[in-house]
Amino acid sequence: MKARLMLIPLIILVLLFWSAAYTVQETEQVIITQFGKPVGTAITKPGIHFKLPLIQDAHFFDRRYLEWDGDPNQVPTRDKKFIWIDTYARWRITDPLLFFTRLRDERGAQSRLDDILDGESRTAVAKHDLVEVVRTTNREFPVSEDQEGGEGEFVQEIKRGRVNISLEILKSAQERTSDLGIEVLDFRFKRINYVEEVRRKVYERMISERNRIADKYRSEGQGEASRINGEKDRELKRIQSEAYREAQEIIGRADAEATAIYAGAYDKSSQSREFYGFIKTMETYLETFDRETALVLSTGTDFYKYLSSGK
Amino acid sequence: MSEDTINLQHRIRQLRTRGGLIAVLVLALVLLSTSWFTIDPEEEGVVLRFGAFARSVKPGLHLKIPFGVEKVYKVPVERQLKEEFGFRTVSAGVSTRYAQGNFTSESLMMTGDLNLADVEWIVQYRIRDPYHYLFRVRNPQQTLRDMTEAAMREIVGDRSVNEVLTVGRQEIATQVEVDLQVLCEQYENGIKIDQVVLQDVNPPDRVKPAFNEVNEAQQEREKLINEARSAYNQVIPRARGEAQQTIQQAEGYALDRVNRAQGEAAKFSSVFEEYRKAPVVTRQRIYLETMDQVLKLAGRKVILDEEASGLLPLMLFDEQGLVGKGGLK
Repeated sequence: MKARLMLIPLIILVLLFWSAAYTVQETEQVIITQFGKPVGTAITKPGIHFKLPLIQDAHFFDRRYLEWDGDPNQVPTRDKKFIWIDTYARWRITDPLLFFTRLRDERGAQSRLDDILDGESRTAVAKHDLVEVVRTTNREFPVSEDQEGGEGEFVQEIKRGRVNISLEILKSAQERTSDLGIEVLDFRFKRINYVEEVRRKVYERMISERNRIADKYRSEGQGEASRINGEKDRELKRIQSEAYREAQEIIGRADAEATAIYAGAYDKSSQSREFYGFIKTMETYLETFDRETALVLSTGTDFYKYLSSGK
Repeated sequence: MSEDTINLQHRIRQLRTRGGLIAVLVLALVLLSTSWFTIDPEEEGVVLRFGAFARSVKPGLHLKIPFGVEKVYKVPVERQLKEEFGFRTVSAGVSTRYAQGNFTSESLMMTGDLNLADVEWIVQYRIRDPYHYLFRVRNPQQTLRDMTEAAMREIVGDRSVNEVLTVGRQEIATQVEVDLQVLCEQYENGIKIDQVVLQDVNPPDRVKPAFNEVNEAQQEREKLINEARSAYNQVIPRARGEAQQTIQQAEGYALDRVNRAQGEAAKFSSVFEEYRKAPVVTRQRIYLETMDQVLKLAGRKVILDEEASGLLPLMLFDEQGLVGKGGLK
């Protein structure tokens, strides 16, 4: 009986201990409130801790980097193009006490972040042309074969660029959340895309662009083929005419040389000229006469003069 | 009777001690089974005591304090993990199957020239620091996905659609890998990026036929050019050869002509040299020798007296030449 009586205060003690002790996980931080009023500083050291039982409450907050995922949003850019933007941010609770008084819990924080970040990103996108939120630098695109001859129209210079715009949004979000006990660490555009109707137009544009390039290739092919054909004809004429010219030159030189050689031999004196005439005539007789030739000779010729004188 | 009672009491006491023994045994077993744990070879264990980091343990058999005082998280540090973007593998194997779903919202992205490209890629990574991975970031996997999508779109957003589809692939993957690693350091998520690999990179489905047409046109261009080149090659080398032939023939003619001229000139000069010494007789000789050959050659010879020249000789001709074969000598 006595032992049973002893048990009651023991159980009460255990219960008190139970409500006084609490563990803080590696991922957590805790603030203690007494009748709803925060007391002391935040507890960030993980492990087992104690508080006054019954009158003090422990409130647990996450100590990790937390995610914030923006609602995909349809936003017009400054150049009146409608795009979907999907953003995300990372944030964490830096001052749980402040956080607790201002936002109460994570849900409150998320909805406040929604207001701030969605608003900021809308404003930022509306202030800039589409190309500014797509591109980051003014890096030059390597000019591929396709683009030769007047692309240009979609390659616009940018002034700020995607990264800078998201940094701006981050900065103003940081300012606006500084008194909420939270810190926004990073803000980024996860996805940027055309809205459906614009996308269809973009597809059409891309198709027409491809067609243009295809047409260019075809006409280039035909042009190049014609050029090669022309070159072929020209080359043919050149080769043939050059060969003809050279041949004629060679022949001419040879004729001239032969003429000079003949002249040198025959034109030494009047006697040589006369002898050449004689001997050539003789050769010609030999070459031109054959069996079909009929000769009618007079006795008056040198050759037959002895025939008549001998009569 | 009293003996019986004593016996009974004894039996009960015996039973009690035996039951106590069993209870103690069961308790010990439960204690033991909740206080040992194994870590697989590719894992690392992180032990927390009352929620606070106590130690990390290597693969093998280990003990911990039971009753929820110590808790163990197992992290596969050696395993290469993979995230897929734009597609999902349903079951990997010899013939890997992919999910049929539509992941274009993940893969469709804007390029720097405000066109669209459909990019599928994977990220291979490992958990380098289990402590960071477990306790620094909530939802590390989803965070990694968000980071990767942002990094990929940032890089693709700075490249033209052509670059993304063709030459820029490797460079994009490398750049995303670098950017992603920087982000991982910044977020302290304990992840080491091994590799970013671009898979299918395509124009959007609606535009694909037009892209194919460009390829066809490119082929057609090459074909036309090749045909023209082949026609060129059929004609020009032959013409070159023929030109050489013409020139060689001309040179042959030239050699022939000059050599003949030299020969004839030399012959003439030598003969003339001798002729000069005795012109009259030489002339006579040459004339007579020539006449000798000429007269032997000629088929018919008619010799007329000097005074008989007139009509008569003409009358001796008929269509055959001279009248009468062998007549009139």
